[in-house]
Amino acid sequence: MYLRQVLTIAAKDLRAEWRTREAFNASFAFMVVILVLFSFAFDPGNSDISIPAIAGGMLWIAYSFAAALTLNRSFARELQNDCLDALLAAPILASALFFGKALANFALLMVMEIVSLGVFSLLYNVKVLAQIWSLLLVIVLGTWAMTVMGTMFSALTVNLRLRELMLPVMMYPFLVVPLSAAITLTSDLLNGISFGAENILWLKVLVFFDVLFTSLVVLLIDVVLVG
Amino acid sequence: MSSAALECALEVRGVWKYYGDFPALRDIAFRVIQGSTVALLGRNGAGKTTLLRILAGLSKPSRGSVTIHGANVREESTRRRIGVLGHGISLYDELSAFENLRLFSKLYGIENPAKRIDEMLERTDLTRVRDGLVREFSRGMRQRLAVARVFLHDPEVLLLDEPFTSLDDRAIGVLQSLLNEMHARGRTIVMSTHQLREALEAATHVAMLQRGQIVHAGERQQEMLDDTGWLYRTYGEN
Repeated sequence: MYLRQVLTIAAKDLRAEWRTREAFNASFAFMVVILVLFSFAFDPGNSDISIPAIAGGMLWIAYSFAAALTLNRSFARELQNDCLDALLAAPILASALFFGKALANFALLMVMEIVSLGVFSLLYNVKVLAQIWSLLLVIVLGTWAMTVMGTMFSALTVNLRLRELMLPVMMYPFLVVPLSAAITLTSDLLNGISFGAENILWLKVLVFFDVLFTSLVVLLIDVVLVG
Repeated sequence: MSSAALECALEVRGVWKYYGDFPALRDIAFRVIQGSTVALLGRNGAGKTTLLRILAGLSKPSRGSVTIHGANVREESTRRRIGVLGHGISLYDELSAFENLRLFSKLYGIENPAKRIDEMLERTDLTRVRDGLVREFSRGMRQRLAVARVFLHDPEVLLLDEPFTSLDDRAIGVLQSLLNEMHARGRTIVMSTHQLREALEAATHVAMLQRGQIVHAGERQQEMLDDTGWLYRTYGEN
């Protein structure tokens, strides 16, 4: 029953997004623009610069900026016609509502990130396929951390006038450590360094923050949504 | 459980609600017997919407408690028994009429949802626009669909905030007929309103709020119907 409620909310959000493509178009375009702008700063043809060494930073900066745009829309969408009230009045747990929305956000972000990884590979001539499964694991773990915190702060800031500003201001400080882990691991993998003794700690850190953030949200979401 | 307790559909005990230091509700306490239709009256800012949001579990009281059929309003099983119509239509513009109702039928775990949805669309005269997106609907159609959403799961307790405001004549007719049917089936209805005539005709009981306090609560009197201003003159401020 719980899983069905989560999937019902996620399907509703994805269907609504598919019909308008508001968040997807804006966030994906923004992500690509950031990657293109980086190419002006770090000339991909300059042999003095090792692109794979800085690739993790470039990718995750683009991912996290675009995530803020997507996640901002998550609960703001519910303000139209007071839809949030109807969801809160329905017989579902606040955490089911949250995870439904988080799942939809996660799916959207994953699609954007995988497509822009291809764009990045073409723009900077970086081989991403060599370690693709490890790279996907890092992207999944890093994106879940961003999604969970971002969706929760989206709920927290939904009634604020400056929510577009407040969401990143509140979200990024929590993401410093998991983003550092994701950046380090992504750069290692694009440099041809597989998971091993020197970077496995970062992978554990990423998993730890995913579990921590998810647990925190389960504890707090009812208070965040109903007060 | 005593028969008296069984008949109590809704109980509010010592509810206070503060916004900062401002008490929007002060020590509200009342019981609503099953099958009653309560008109919650009061001027703008009296606290009607705040009280209804607390009754619906959309806001927590600063002090006090609300129970519906003896259970906490935030419990899942209790919420299944409540229907809430607030100021907004609470429908998604990007979804069709059918998709909106299917979403809520899934959340309420309604058996045989397609049949129930078609039934409600027919009651609200929206069958011909079943697959049309809500964003393409006229205002009246949106309001009727909102009414269909509230009655979809056949709630035992209805909480309606200004239900007649901004409804067109057709939607008022649909809502009144559904409310009459609910009342005849022994359902409990609490509605806040400024439309005194419609509310008093439907009500069995009246509660009047003033500055966050209940200044009068009791059965509807004939004087109230004969002269809708009587209530405000008798119990209200100037």
